[in-house]
Amino acid sequence: METIRLIIVAVGGQGNLLASKVLGEAALISGVPVRMSEIHGMAQRGGVVESAIVFGDAKSSIISDGEADILLGFEPAETLRAINRCNKKTMVITNTATLMPFTVAIGRGIYPDVENVKELLRAKTAGLVSLDAMKLAKEAGSPMSVNIVLLGALIQTGVLGFSKENVIEAIRRRTKPAFLEKNLHAFELGMKAAQLS
Amino acid sequence: MHKLLNDSPGDKIMLLGNEAIARGAVEAGVAFATTYPGTPSSEISLNLFQMSQESDLYFEYSTNEKVALEVAAAAANSGLRTFCMMKHVGLNVAADPLMTLAYVGVTAGMVILTADDPAMFSSQNEQDNRYYAKFGGFPMLEPSSVAEVKEMMKDAFELSESLGQPVLLRTTTRINHSNAFVTFGDIKKPDIQGRFIRDPHRCVTVPTVSRGLHVKLLEKLEKAGQLAESSGFNFVQGSGKFGIITNGVSFHYVEDGIKDLGIEDKTSVLRMGFSNPLPGKMIKAFLKGCDKVLVIEEGEPFMEEAVKAFAQEEGIVIPINGKSKELFSRLFEYDPAMVREKIANYFDIEYTPAPKMDITDIPEIPIRPPNLCSGCSHRATFYEVKKAAKEMDMDIICPTDIGCYTLGFLPPLSMGDFVICMGSSVSSSCGFSKATDQKVVSFIGDSTFFHSGITGLVNAVFNNHNFTLVILENDITAMTGHQPHPGVDMMRHGFDTHGRINIEKIVRALGVEHVSVVKPFKVKKSIDIIKQALEFKGVSVVISQEPCALYAKGLKLLKPKAFMVSDQCTDHKDCINTIACPSFYVEDGRVNIDADTCVGCAVCAQICPENAIRPLKK
Ligand code: SF4
Repeated sequence: METIRLIIVAVGGQGNLLASKVLGEAALISGVPVRMSEIHGMAQRGGVVESAIVFGDAKSSIISDGEADILLGFEPAETLRAINRCNKKTMVITNTATLMPFTVAIGRGIYPDVENVKELLRAKTAGLVSLDAMKLAKEAGSPMSVNIVLLGALIQTGVLGFSKENVIEAIRRRTKPAFLEKNLHAFELGMKAAQLS
Repeated sequence: MHKLLNDSPGDKIMLLGNEAIARGAVEAGVAFATTYPGTPSSEISLNLFQMSQESDLYFEYSTNEKVALEVAAAAANSGLRTFCMMKHVGLNVAADPLMTLAYVGVTAGMVILTADDPAMFSSQNEQDNRYYAKFGGFPMLEPSSVAEVKEMMKDAFELSESLGQPVLLRTTTRINHSNAFVTFGDIKKPDIQGRFIRDPHRCVTVPTVSRGLHVKLLEKLEKAGQLAESSGFNFVQGSGKFGIITNGVSFHYVEDGIKDLGIEDKTSVLRMGFSNPLPGKMIKAFLKGCDKVLVIEEGEPFMEEAVKAFAQEEGIVIPINGKSKELFSRLFEYDPAMVREKIANYFDIEYTPAPKMDITDIPEIPIRPPNLCSGCSHRATFYEVKKAAKEMDMDIICPTDIGCYTLGFLPPLSMGDFVICMGSSVSSSCGFSKATDQKVVSFIGDSTFFHSGITGLVNAVFNNHNFTLVILENDITAMTGHQPHPGVDMMRHGFDTHGRINIEKIVRALGVEHVSVVKPFKVKKSIDIIKQALEFKGVSVVISQEPCALYAKGLKLLKPKAFMVSDQCTDHKDCINTIACPSFYVEDGRVNIDADTCVGCAVCAQICPENAIRPLKK
């Protein structure tokens, strides 16, 4: 199968590693080869966490700059920071809910305007889907479900070619049973938001 | 049941590289495992630790890597399959036993895993540990993928047993921290009852014995070299006059690159997986079939230099290249696009790299460095030492050490001036205090103190140095993911099988004359006590005791009680500017505390000159 390269960027604690695991499981269910690599050295200390997921026949498990087919950003400034991983054909999906880096609080940087972030992402890539995943996660009953909302948006775009059923099955297998209902709700809300976006 | 103890061969599950390694050890029938944790190797030991609680496996977190290797060496000389794992710089600590264990060898399979970290995602250097295999005289295996490393573990034990020699298995971060599907194989039931058979002419390395052992070592290496010639881990893929010799993760970048460039029918790739001793015959035969050869290996030119030497022996005069200004670097890690481009350049293949994304109009995005957690006791201790020194008008140098607290060097705390390796805070303080007339205050964590801080402190007392050592006792090895250490109360984790060592008693027993204990969340009191320690001429030790907040939260020992900023705040932002707790944020110019992340350590409340920070009433 054709290779699809997905990069997920997030802030430590946002649950992107779980999102990657769900996608890995969905790939297994769908019979698609997959390899992933993650950088999570100081994740719990609030740093940036990145996972690279390669679907299809390529052998490498990392993704070079400019070679992501999809960029999924859990935080708008982090999505923009990862723009060098994209090219003109990259599809970008981003959460618009911000998490201020501490450097902003102590006056060592200015957080970019989110509308401007969206404009830049749109202008430089093939397309942008943006949604307030935090708001939707809360609506689904748990702010912890931001990752699943964003998965919903990703699946809605259809770029990965995974069926909704397979991803739901993967969520079932990989997330805690106590959160399943909220997660499934979050997934639906994410899909719907991407459809409207 | 632990997922890696699953006894249904054929099951396919997604595993992290480190989980695949642990599973490989189990499938190989490992009986005995030791480690000192270190990223990127830590999840291997974490899984073995968990599995040891449900199986016959003996596992221990040893005091440091040297101890871990010595403990393991005894087990492997008592007939038990033994696994000892560590990060690359850990092998430096273990280098002393390593070099002579090479002479002594083992009576059962022993695998020593070194997790190298090209690009230094979480390390102080990016040394290439393949040289240890050559330096000491060990057969070495290097996997290219997560699935391969599980299989390689089993072969490594077999190989070690057949030679009576420990095998070095070398991974890099991109193996340890990648995920892929792995198929479970059979689990071999371990032999767990060892027996040591006395053999002083092999095991007691006095000079006369060692002279004989060195001869034997060279014989073993010769045999290993023959095995490398026929090992399934060394293979040629494809055919053609363009030759590429590669190892590790680079192999897959090469495979992808050749395919993308459409030169599959012109290129032969020699993948080295059994890479010490290198199979000379195989390499020479490969070179003879090529017009031009490119060696692609991250790190040092380990293979390249050997390949050039083999070519010289054989009188082969084709171009052989690898590391050069135009080609590959000795720095950092490689990636698929870089490898593709260099291959194209070297073999003159037409190739236009995709244009780079223009990012000149992207605004500067504020950096997001990792930060000590909300409620981390280190933040309080750093603040207190800084404040005490300032009030005493002291210009201090702060050697620090390796752990979460290394992050204290970042502003605004800016506490940390020198760090080279585990334990160096204490010994370098000895040097700074003699070489300068500046006051020296150094920091070391509890786990690091046990690892290699104690010897430095012995030195300080004996040689009568003059500095203050602050021991940050937070009851866990926090940075690598919360592993126990000798000062931890193992009863808290449900083990009644461990001893516990009291840091204060050790420090006093070493003869340190000025020893004090502070509770860092009592700010004023701590500052007063620290001042007395700073005043003392000679070695003084301050032990700052407070459990790691992240860990305590996980164990439910800490029940967060959030604070808030009241109207009394007059906006001078002392709190933010001095301690930089990540729970602070500024909204419409006013300081706020995020109630979801604040754990209620109340340090900021004690610093605020307006007493504006108060417990949040629910
Ligand atoms: S993990 Fe523990 S020691 Fe490390 S920064 Fe967080 S609270 Fe501090």
